[in-house]
Amino acid sequence: MNIVILGCGRVGALLATQLDNAGHAVTIVDNSNDSFQRLDPEFKGDKVTGSGVDEEVLRRAHVNKADAFIAVTNGDNRNIMASQMAKEIFNVKKVLCRIYDPLRESTYRELGLETFCPTNLGAMMLFDAITGKKVHNGVMPERKG
Amino acid sequence: MYIIIGGGGDVGYYLSRNLLKRGHEVLLLEKQDARQKTLADELGPSVTRGDACEARTMEEAGARRADVVIAVTGEDEDNLVICQMAKQRFNVKRTIARVNNPMHEDLFKKLGIDITVSPTRSILALIESELLRPPFLMLLTLKKAGLEIVEMTIDPKSKIVGKRLSEINLPRSSNLALIIRGTEPIFPNAETELMADDDVYALVNHDGEAELQRAFGM
Repeated sequence: MNIVILGCGRVGALLATQLDNAGHAVTIVDNSNDSFQRLDPEFKGDKVTGSGVDEEVLRRAHVNKADAFIAVTNGDNRNIMASQMAKEIFNVKKVLCRIYDPLRESTYRELGLETFCPTNLGAMMLFDAITGKKVHNGVMPERKG
Repeated sequence: MYIIIGGGGDVGYYLSRNLLKRGHEVLLLEKQDARQKTLADELGPSVTRGDACEARTMEEAGARRADVVIAVTGEDEDNLVICQMAKQRFNVKRTIARVNNPMHEDLFKKLGIDITVSPTRSILALIESELLRPPFLMLLTLKKAGLEIVEMTIDPKSKIVGKRLSEINLPRSSNLALIIRGTEPIFPNAETELMADDDVYALVNHDGEAELQRAFGM
């Protein structure tokens, strides 16, 4: 698969390395060159420097040819906007968007974005660990409304 | 009207001040503490510290009864999220977003933002229409007759300034219909003299266009 990852932080770099090792064609985008140091030295994918909400940068990363787009910068709004660009402008089939704010995450899920919220996931795991019960199975609980 | 504004930069500040003067109910949200205090000195209780992207802040701001939400931060992604959250979560009828990168205008419209305002695009358009007025402009094509209506502005340095139309070699397939001098319209004849900065409107067929430009020294 052709996969574009936006944001070369801890998660982005680790995911890029893993997908690269699994034989996928990975392009990673970050607005700072220094971030690419987090990648494994053996990383064979492409690195693109620039803003993830700039159409020209995304084009340079060949998002138009991507099978999947994953937005994991440290800004919720940046991830949200970039994901919607990948869907609406570049018609990427599989778009995943990280949103830390649970309220924002539920709104964008309603709007049809495929989102994941580390805050919710972390809280659920800690809840289970503290109570010793397996209340959560890693799947998000149904939301009201 | 009740208007919520996200982003207390210069745009947000002057916008709030003007809307308040016009008698609207305004709430300006600014997330930076120091900036919010400065704004509150001027605008009083119409300013609150808060992030307009946060659902809880917007709930407390009374977003449900807002007639308009306006996002004017310096970041396009923040303006997009402020407006989308307002629409989707709080059913705000009208949302207005400032767009800094003019390429984002179409995307914002596609994503449901009602009105976008792009200062960059406005200034670009102004430069093109006012400062870079092309000396030769095709206004209209009359397809069936194969004719074009063109506008030419006479360069003050052009050789034809001061010449009568009868002295100029116009292509046979053209007709000078109108000259606008300042604000005065002149219907030209063979004796009409051309002057600097005249706007000349002509009918010409496609093949005569280059010849017409040559006749006017372009």
